[in-house]
Amino acid sequence: MTLAWLIAIPLGGAVLAWLAGGFAGPWPRLIALAALALDLALALSLCWNHPLSLALPGNDSWLMRLDLPWIPRFGISLLLAVDGLSLILVLLTLVLGLVSVAASWTEIRARVGFFHFNLLATLAGVIGVFLALDLFLFFFFWEVMLIPMYFLIGIWGHENRVYSTLKFFIFTQASGLLMLLSIVALALVHQRQSGVLSFSYFDLLGTSLAPDSALLLMLGFFLAFAVKLPMVPFHTWLPDAHTDAPSAGSVILAGVLLKSGAYGLLRFITPLFPEAAAQFTPVVMALAVIGILYGGLVAFAQSDFKRLVAYTSISHMGFVLLGVFAWNELALQGVVVQIIAHGLSTGALFIIAGALQERLHTRELARMGGGIWSLAPRLSAVGLFFALASLGLPGLANFIGEFLVLAGAYQTSAGVTAVAAAGLVVAAIYALWLVQQAFHGVAPQGLALADLDAREMTVLGVMIGLVVWLGVNPQPVLNLAAPALDGLQQLANI
Amino acid sequence: MIYDALWLVPLLPLIGFVCLTLLGGWLSRRAMAVLGVGSVALATALAFTIGYTFLTRPPATGHCTEVIGSWLAVGNLHVRFGLYLDALALVMMLVVTGVGLLIHLYSATFMAADSGYRRYFAYLNLFVASMLMLVLADNLLLLYLGWEMVGLCSYLLIGHDYADPVNGRAARKAFVVTRIGDAALLVGLLLLLAHWGTLQIQPLLGLAAQGWANGSALATVAAALLLTGAVGKSAQLPLQVWLPDAMAGPTPVSALIHAATMVTAGVYLIARLHTLFELAPAVQHAVAALGALTLLLASCSALLQRDIKRILAYSTISQIGYMFLALGVGAYAAALFHLMTHACFKAVLFLSAGVVINALDEEHDIYHMGGLGRQLPGTSLAFLTGAASLAALPLVSAGFYSKGLILAQTWNAPGMGVWLWTGGILGTLLTAIYIFRAFFVAFLGRPKSHARCGATAAEAVALVVLAALSVTAGFVEIPAGLGGGVQAFTGLVASALPPGPQPAHTGNLPALLELIASLTAVAGVLTAYYFFRYRPPAATAAGAHPITAAVGRLWQSGWGFDWAYERLFVRPLVMFTRANRHDAVDALFTGIAAGSRALHRGLSRTQTGRVRWYAAGIACGSFILIALMVLP
Amino acid sequence: MAEIPLTHGLLLAVILFALGLLTVLARRNVVFILMGIEIMLNAAGLAFVLGGARWGAPDGQVLFILILAVAAAEVSVGLALVLQLHHRFGSVDVDAARQMRG
Repeated sequence: MTLAWLIAIPLGGAVLAWLAGGFAGPWPRLIALAALALDLALALSLCWNHPLSLALPGNDSWLMRLDLPWIPRFGISLLLAVDGLSLILVLLTLVLGLVSVAASWTEIRARVGFFHFNLLATLAGVIGVFLALDLFLFFFFWEVMLIPMYFLIGIWGHENRVYSTLKFFIFTQASGLLMLLSIVALALVHQRQSGVLSFSYFDLLGTSLAPDSALLLMLGFFLAFAVKLPMVPFHTWLPDAHTDAPSAGSVILAGVLLKSGAYGLLRFITPLFPEAAAQFTPVVMALAVIGILYGGLVAFAQSDFKRLVAYTSISHMGFVLLGVFAWNELALQGVVVQIIAHGLSTGALFIIAGALQERLHTRELARMGGGIWSLAPRLSAVGLFFALASLGLPGLANFIGEFLVLAGAYQTSAGVTAVAAAGLVVAAIYALWLVQQAFHGVAPQGLALADLDAREMTVLGVMIGLVVWLGVNPQPVLNLAAPALDGLQQLANI
Repeated sequence: MIYDALWLVPLLPLIGFVCLTLLGGWLSRRAMAVLGVGSVALATALAFTIGYTFLTRPPATGHCTEVIGSWLAVGNLHVRFGLYLDALALVMMLVVTGVGLLIHLYSATFMAADSGYRRYFAYLNLFVASMLMLVLADNLLLLYLGWEMVGLCSYLLIGHDYADPVNGRAARKAFVVTRIGDAALLVGLLLLLAHWGTLQIQPLLGLAAQGWANGSALATVAAALLLTGAVGKSAQLPLQVWLPDAMAGPTPVSALIHAATMVTAGVYLIARLHTLFELAPAVQHAVAALGALTLLLASCSALLQRDIKRILAYSTISQIGYMFLALGVGAYAAALFHLMTHACFKAVLFLSAGVVINALDEEHDIYHMGGLGRQLPGTSLAFLTGAASLAALPLVSAGFYSKGLILAQTWNAPGMGVWLWTGGILGTLLTAIYIFRAFFVAFLGRPKSHARCGATAAEAVALVVLAALSVTAGFVEIPAGLGGGVQAFTGLVASALPPGPQPAHTGNLPALLELIASLTAVAGVLTAYYFFRYRPPAATAAGAHPITAAVGRLWQSGWGFDWAYERLFVRPLVMFTRANRHDAVDALFTGIAAGSRALHRGLSRTQTGRVRWYAAGIACGSFILIALMVLP
Repeated sequence: MAEIPLTHGLLLAVILFALGLLTVLARRNVVFILMGIEIMLNAAGLAFVLGGARWGAPDGQVLFILILAVAAAEVSVGLALVLQLHHRFGSVDVDAARQMRG
């Protein structure tokens, strides 16, 4: 039941926070914090109680499984399961959830209760996505995380919020429908072969498909995940959504929602369609490298802080895509680390952008005019730190991710990897340009700016700590993910 | 055993960095200086103790390894935080800590008026820690960590005075240009990892030496990638363009990072991985050729600079060219020896230039100086010692012995040895001319401006020690040609590096070569004296001819590399990104949106609101449908 | 009694239907449109009855009764709409009610 509680606690918190919105005081925020903290404790206890070991032969990589009937007529059940990979992503979700509640403490002033309802509902949906192993349930949660996010951007967003949130919705919804088609078709094919209608991941794994239909079905899944990731050329919803979302929305979007795409790629594409995925690999790896370079180059030209960071996300997610399709141990481990590292570092950059916008009422780098360092050294130093994390400085988490992905990808294709390595140069260009424009230079006359306060410093301090810790000691994460990734690779080899 | 404390050497400056960063708000300036200098001083003391032990009671195998912990282990990739100390690492460690300490000390008063005092010391401490990590790393990934971190510190310190966008630009240029090399280096690492399954340097070299045939394609590619990394970091052709601009940083930073230590990391890398380079003779020849070419081009550029720091910057590029030349012919010990003496004499040149610049209120132009010899006698003497050593004046300078060793071994190199030697000798001539030009113009003659203040006590200590080393550091290695035959340095590093090319001839040839080198250096000084002290109009006249003026402009601009790169790479990139600012891919989707909106407008026009039109539509539709059904 | 050929009856139904349709399309007066619809309904009814008579099945007549009922309901609703139309626009011209245009 723990798994159901993992989803139920944020959902319950969401409803409570909405109800508490009617009372004066910071109740919705406190309830949200409490619910997420409780959930985090629960997830950590899972970590604690199930020490993983590769040494045990025949050890199933699943830590815990829950199977309740839901719509037995159609073979749909409430099938939740957690392995190291899911657990890592759930932990990341909860940490970033806490961070985003804390980061929007002063930013959100209107309809606080409903805001936290949407925030927690999205998080519950995301956790559901990471835990669900019934494909129908997976799709259900896929939609659950989408709709509250639509409201988060549409109600509390910035200038162009309606356009952005609609764009976000249409992109994800349209691609999600393709996935639904694929899911249903896959279940029907499986029924024809085995006589049992089932949406369970475990049942569908061994389905044998004709090459053509396998490719089509895989494309349905792939498009949904590629749009979410996002992969060039399906990335254009991301900069708009990020730019107009409130800070918390951007953090969740970049840190967690994009990761659901990465998770989907890992969990479903190659295990369900090994041959089709292998056939498709060269195309995807080329697109991944294009994404790495293209995202970085477009980021360099942006004048809006959040838009710039959004394009860097596209570049970083290119590494994830590259790693997933390289499909070997090094690359997959790199993907996991890159997912966490990107969530933390980009989330922090969005918080910094939000802090700057709260103080200066602009996101335009040109209007910030630089020189913030002399006014707010703590803010600037933290900004510099995360810019450096973003450009892949060794010793910080992103480097581990990128290095492992490149090392893994090298075994698949040396040429592609060499081009991807050029992404490191591009990363240096945009990250340093961001630092230069936002923090360096001379401050305009009469600009007053408060430095980070204790709340913001705590939030960002925790994130800095995590990024450094992962950078010098990624082993706990690697160990946690190893059996799960090993399991995935074995599935693909059947 | 004292070797067990090796990990403290990089850790101490790192602790200094962390303390300065976290506690900085509560510290007084004095406390910051104590913390900043003190952490490096402790590390230096420890390093020299270790060095002493290494000399007196060397480890049985000639090296020792110290593992602090594991970094990451995935599949068969195991990377650890391991330190490896052999003679090569020892020399580098001593240079980094020794010169680092003196420059920290110098900075304590030199930067006293700076508002970013804490930031400065924090970064400087981080730099020393990273550089030590780089030279002590026992695996390539840890080396890469240090490699990137020193690049970061270089970026941060060049842009230390962030208020001026020019500094920021120089800093970014330095970081991005070196990162091009770094990316190549990383790909090289991946190649080695993919083929040998390890990044541990010593096992890797052993495997490569056994597994790769001499001159095999993979070994060549790997060595070429590593060389690209080294070229970027060490500012060699064609990635040398960042170093002259990097002089925007504070002068002690130029001394420490951009002269003595970081820029020599490429030399260290090649020396450390020399086995690999020997497997790829083509690449090793390229190292020598690049070195020779770089040293000549950079010396020519140095001849015509007016900014004293830019003269020194081009001189650094050129001197590292000598080291590459030595590496290319296999004279690793000579390269390392020159690295060591260069660290001393270039640091003293920069530091005394710093005193001068400070005394003249940020005046960099040597033609606005003049007559400093009387106003700042001590500083001038220090500069003179450094200049003498750089010009390799015979017998009394450290540079003479190290450069002499390089030239002697280059001559002995098979193949192109003589040509490379000629390049080196020509470089010696140019070096003596450009550095003594700076000396005669800035320090002798009529005073053109008033020196505000001299060196403080802390600065003086650093200057005196480094000046003394610039004279004496060479005495550990006296060539046989001079009758001495002291070989303390090569003897020390023999355990880590193979001996250089051995002379094919004996007899008087070595002595003759030494004599030629000595005479060339002296001739250079005399030329400089003639043109810039005795008859300055002669220099003006020589530069007035259209051809020499054009050549002069070319040389002064650093052979137009900046000009070309700006047009070949920077502008097209900026133009492309500007043009694509709104993301052309989005046009695809906004196009779909616009298309459906147009479709909507067209279709909604049929919605006239006239009932009879609808009825007519229904009737026509039914007619057509029925017709379709009835007709075969 | 001579049999009237089926085709003749059907031809009559078609002519009636076409006349009704033409009325609906050509007249602007909504009352005439309603009458046109009535004619079309009756044309369809005639076709059903003819069919029923031809094959001796009762379904044709059953359907005609159904059509009668539908026509009666249609007329009552239609006339109520006509009244509303007149009330709102002050005319029985159907083209006056064009507010639904796109």
